Amino acid sequence: MFYRETGQFKSSYAADMAIFPIRQDRIALWVVLAAAFVAVPLLDFFQVWPFGGEYILRAILIPFLILSLAAIGLNILTGYCGQLSLGSGAFMAIGAYSTYKFCTGVHIPLELFTISIPPLPVLPSILLGALMSAFVGILFGIPSLRIKGLYLAVATLAAQFFFDWVFIRVKWFTNYTSSGSVAAPDLVFFGFTVTTPIHRYLLCLVFVSIFALLAKNLVRGNIGRQWMATRDMDIAAELMGIRPLYAKLSAFALSSFVMGVAGALWAFVYLGAWEPLAFNIDRSFQILFMVIIGGLGSILGSFLGAAFILVLPILLDQVPHALGVPVSVETVSLLVFVVTGALICWLLIVEPRGFARLWSTGKEKLRLWPYPY
Amino acid sequence: MRRLTLALGALALGATAMTEPALAQQNEQFLPALVYRTGPYAPNGIPFADGVADYWTLLNERDGGINGVKIISEECETGYATDKGVECYERLKGKGPTGAGYFSPLSTGITFALTEKAPGDKIPLLTMGYGRSESKDGAVFPWNFIAVGSYWTAADVAIQHIAKELGGMDKLKDKKVSLVYHDSPYGKEPIMALEARAKVNGFVFKAIPVTHPGVEQKSQWLAIRQDRPDYVLLWGWGVMNSTAIKEAAAVGYPRDKMIGVWWSGAEPDVTPAGDQSTGYKALMLQHGAGKFKVHADLEKFVVSKGKSVAKDDFAQVLYNRGLLNSMLGTEAIRTAMKKYGNKPMTGEQVRWGLENLNLTAERIKELGFEGMVGPIQLSCQDHQGADIARVQQWDGKEWKVISGNYKADLSILDPLVKEAAAKYAAEKKITVRDCAKES
Repeated sequence: MFYRETGQFKSSYAADMAIFPIRQDRIALWVVLAAAFVAVPLLDFFQVWPFGGEYILRAILIPFLILSLAAIGLNILTGYCGQLSLGSGAFMAIGAYSTYKFCTGVHIPLELFTISIPPLPVLPSILLGALMSAFVGILFGIPSLRIKGLYLAVATLAAQFFFDWVFIRVKWFTNYTSSGSVAAPDLVFFGFTVTTPIHRYLLCLVFVSIFALLAKNLVRGNIGRQWMATRDMDIAAELMGIRPLYAKLSAFALSSFVMGVAGALWAFVYLGAWEPLAFNIDRSFQILFMVIIGGLGSILGSFLGAAFILVLPILLDQVPHALGVPVSVETVSLLVFVVTGALICWLLIVEPRGFARLWSTGKEKLRLWPYPY
Repeated sequence: MRRLTLALGALALGATAMTEPALAQQNEQFLPALVYRTGPYAPNGIPFADGVADYWTLLNERDGGINGVKIISEECETGYATDKGVECYERLKGKGPTGAGYFSPLSTGITFALTEKAPGDKIPLLTMGYGRSESKDGAVFPWNFIAVGSYWTAADVAIQHIAKELGGMDKLKDKKVSLVYHDSPYGKEPIMALEARAKVNGFVFKAIPVTHPGVEQKSQWLAIRQDRPDYVLLWGWGVMNSTAIKEAAAVGYPRDKMIGVWWSGAEPDVTPAGDQSTGYKALMLQHGAGKFKVHADLEKFVVSKGKSVAKDDFAQVLYNRGLLNSMLGTEAIRTAMKKYGNKPMTGEQVRWGLENLNLTAERIKELGFEGMVGPIQLSCQDHQGADIARVQQWDGKEWKVISGNYKADLSILDPLVKEAAAKYAAEKKITVRDCAKES
């Protein structure tokens, strides 16, 4: 009843091919966007609960948005194109360190000539950094033409360890700081310095909205269908005229690009100063779990997964204190592990295809309500 | 069971506290604690956190707080992870009537991340004996206080002790010194100072990294067996330290030729390796283990009342370091109160207190810390206040102090501090404060 599209006639090709063909979806999208772009800044401006202070913005919403973006990146590769990757942390790190290098100026003296790029503004640096990540993604995607599944996961794991090693060992990437930890330069966009949490939040939101929309649009078009065909049965896809080289490498490139942007945002906007440990194998697993829990092959799922994996433990961590139950912090943090783990198991038993699938089941139910069958 | 009773007791306390009028809460100083009681570094994180908490409890129980302002505190578990540390910082920074007084993250990685955030929030970071070595320069790092000692101090003192054992600075020439370090900002910090020292004294310096968390270091120690360095410096944390000692024993490297930094010289570092640890040396952040006058007060006002969170770590090295950390912080608050009045201090006021902190020998005696720490005076320019350290040796049962105080060679270190701080200021476009103009 709530979700019935009866009476929504499409009278043009454009309407038929819209990203969100159902009116209810469009309304929901606009409501979410309005909440994110208008309501959150307003609530923050008036310091309405729970936006008192900066905690919600700086510790929950900003990391949530950035990791959602990373999850979208991995979802393109693993969810849509079926290429299992454990290298998300590495691609994020490449995005972060390349952006840092472009921001502080690149100087490579070679024998014949010297590559010298003056310090660039932040926005072009992020995009160039993401391009570097895309380039490396293509390089490490080449083995995917020969190997599949778990074997490919091991190959991407190599990327993870290799880049962990590179950013620890090669001092050039950290501008020869004594400790190997680098601090992000000021976030200046078109002469405007982003400092306050709400501005940082809006900055992340703009990036996430653009890339989420872009990804949503891509996956329903030609290239997205090529990815899904490759995922569902690569031999059949090839027989139908889909070039696996093009399909797989484009997925690697785009996914790494998005993850590169996410990595740059994580380093520049959330952490401020970071070391290679910020992008280690744990980060890769965290993002993979977000994608699996959220739902493989779903953009909405990336957001839901990020919320579950990132935000739930933080909230659980504060439940005993908020209730006034004096439990020691180590007990709480162990309890959080247990509860989160149990919830993941429960969820995967109830709905192996993640939150996205739960949502589409819910949608079906809403459509038939009040006479479900 | 004891914990449960404690919990129930605290619950009852909490219930009564809630019924009290809100007015009473206005005269409270909120002090946050970023702790790690879980994860690979927990064996070292727990005693430090216990010491920090117990000293605050002592002040509340014995003196009714700091000049009558009661301390309230809250712990947040970071697990030594930087992103979790940032989340904890955001969670705690605004609590209490005046917000957090100061933060002590006890992790170099979290310190680096918070260094970027503290100036905006106007909350000082008290990083006693860890963090950015160049943050000694208060003109560039107004919000960082690397009180008591930096890793560069430690590196310099370690080399001085080696020279003394060898019989003179000139004997260092062509000797081999290797550094086995935790491959993170923490472990990399001393390299710059050691390289500078190697250049001056002519010894061969080699840095050998160990990957986090440091349980796998076979190949590093095989390399050491091949290379046979005269001394090995150890810059480890948590489980890495005891593993290093076990591996050294396995390849037959003499433990009395190993010198650990002050984060590699506590009981949890040596006891897991059993007898193999005997002879192992470590630097002291001035203090060591053992009971001093403050411990008598702790036993009287905190332990006997069942309010201590410490178990068997009481008076251990890291527990004492936690006490010292809290003492410096609360004394800074006391200093700030002299200027701003006896009420809860904001982070900005605590920063002034830290910068004007002057702990004389007399005051230290009054506080019951005599023998643990020498006089410390911080200033606008100098955010470290002391450059001395001693060496201790594990005799199989306890730590024995085996040296007097060494003073780090500032003619080598100060140029390094200046250079690194200037580089940071240039990169972050910071306007350097003119300390001559500030009172």
